[in-house]
Amino acid sequence: MSTADSTQITDQKKRYSAGVLKYAQMGYWDGDYEPKATDILALFRITPQDGVDAIEAAAAVAGESSTATWTVVWTDRLTACDMYRAKAYRVDPVPNTPGQYFCYVAYDLSLFEEGSITNVTASIIGNVFSFKPLKAARLEDMQFPVAYMKTFPGPPTGISVERERLDKFGRPLLGATTKPKLGLSGRNYGRVVYEGLKGGLDFMKDDENINSQPFMHWRDRFLFVMDAVNKASAETGEVKGSYLNVTAGTMEEMYRRSQFAKELGSVIVMIDLVVGYTAIQSMSHWCRQNDMILHLHRAGHGTYTRQKNHGVSFRVIAKWMRMAGVDHIHAGTAVGKLEGDPMTVQGYYNICRDTHTKVDLPRGIFFDQDWGALRKVMPVASGGIHAGQMHQLIDLFGDDVVLQFGGGTIGHPDGIQAGATANRVALEAMVLARNEGRDIKNEGLDVLRDAAKWCSPLRAALDTWGDISFNYTATDTSDFAPTVSVS
Amino acid sequence: MRITQGTFSFLPDLTDKQITAQLEYCLGKGWAVSIEYTDDPHPRNTYWDMYGNPMFDIRDAAAILLEINACRKTFPRHYIRVMAFDSTHGTESVVLSFIVQRPENEPGFRLIRTEKPGRTLRYSIESYAMQNNPAGSRY
Repeated sequence: MSTADSTQITDQKKRYSAGVLKYAQMGYWDGDYEPKATDILALFRITPQDGVDAIEAAAAVAGESSTATWTVVWTDRLTACDMYRAKAYRVDPVPNTPGQYFCYVAYDLSLFEEGSITNVTASIIGNVFSFKPLKAARLEDMQFPVAYMKTFPGPPTGISVERERLDKFGRPLLGATTKPKLGLSGRNYGRVVYEGLKGGLDFMKDDENINSQPFMHWRDRFLFVMDAVNKASAETGEVKGSYLNVTAGTMEEMYRRSQFAKELGSVIVMIDLVVGYTAIQSMSHWCRQNDMILHLHRAGHGTYTRQKNHGVSFRVIAKWMRMAGVDHIHAGTAVGKLEGDPMTVQGYYNICRDTHTKVDLPRGIFFDQDWGALRKVMPVASGGIHAGQMHQLIDLFGDDVVLQFGGGTIGHPDGIQAGATANRVALEAMVLARNEGRDIKNEGLDVLRDAAKWCSPLRAALDTWGDISFNYTATDTSDFAPTVSVS
Repeated sequence: MRITQGTFSFLPDLTDKQITAQLEYCLGKGWAVSIEYTDDPHPRNTYWDMYGNPMFDIRDAAAILLEINACRKTFPRHYIRVMAFDSTHGTESVVLSFIVQRPENEPGFRLIRTEKPGRTLRYSIESYAMQNNPAGSRY
């Protein structure tokens, strides 16, 4: 694919004479480059401005995300600059999408600080997304060598240990977000938590924007919620939890809140993605030191993950967050109220749960990823799901997932406990049927109706929500397979 | 009350036919099945007593059901659960756990609140069945 303009200038005198060269000429494109086993790889979807050559655009991405600036600098020659220069090594047109290209870039391992997602992102998504010769750019996937992976401690708890702590095996976990998300007093808030847990949920959850507002200060919330959790535990004989959101304006305050959650005996704390990558890694370390499960709500991600032509794919965010070390991450429902094509969402789940992720283009996975024994992240399905979709959810996501039915629990016509019971019965009946060899994808509604014959809360739930679906076309879909929609 | 530990406690108690179907599912996955019993079902009591080692080499659901029934006969008023272990790298833990026998009367647990400085409380949970009753005479 190389042309004169895209060939690196090897004459050192010409290469470093003052002035402006094309990025490919500076050495940021090498179509013959074979990535080393220790390289970090990134795949960008780029939309060059009209008239900008795709290879030059790819070279510019490699340049701006590694060592380059807009002009030649002689100080390059003081460094092992050939090694430090990222290399764009492959450019493919995006299938059926004129004007867009997949561009592969390889980065030498020594460009990055060990154990820092912040450092990775400062390079890979630091400047390049504002670069004028590109109309748009999107980071689709990344591959990290095991050598780099092992510099991250990863999830403090992980799926297997979380289940051992909770004594819950062989089925998805069940949760609900306390609603309304704002305005309840601590006392009223704890009421919702108690009813949900007593009725059969494993977890209740603070919403992303519940921090410490005038209507409910955080200490009050923690005290009332933990009374609800312990009371429900005594009444069911089960371990229960409620994600106490410790998100705050400073790290000091987040540590203070986490410490109080620990003193009250909570099994889990929660943070929002908007706290930032450094804060997430700090909280991960704290959780590891304090036997705490760390729940991450992906607040804000839709601003940069949803549009296919620009931003960062959620599969990359999920990968970064497994490295940064969270135990739970919201990863989509496919069938609920929020964006998500089923196969693309399955791709996110696989990134959270695989020991070795394989290339899977229909699910949007462009690279193999050896996780180097990093623990697994429990994906969370939350947003507009209800008991009547139980067969679809279990068919799509399997057992290692938290299914969160917020409105689908609290909005139940017979009350919150009835809503929780409906969900738990639907869940257990569906797992039992699947294990017995039933084809739940096609017979799931029969399984639910049979259980509803003896479980009136489930009957009421199906009568209320049985027909509700959110069947809109997804914006973020794979380019490599026809997408299926789930009704 | 009804203790709702285990995968299927919200469903009516499983019949032997239903239990056999679950055992066949476990064996089909290559998991090892184990039987455990206790008269101390505290939610944090991890180590129920083992009714023998996990049955790594028994690949026949009917034979496992015989073991379950032998355990029921020996401990007619205890809780008995069936567990499955998956030795796959990255899991290496319990992957299914369901109760196959429970006592007729389950008195449940008392929540003990100990008041501490500020408005904080320390919680502990105590089984009514266990109070002053030694192992073996609780249910």
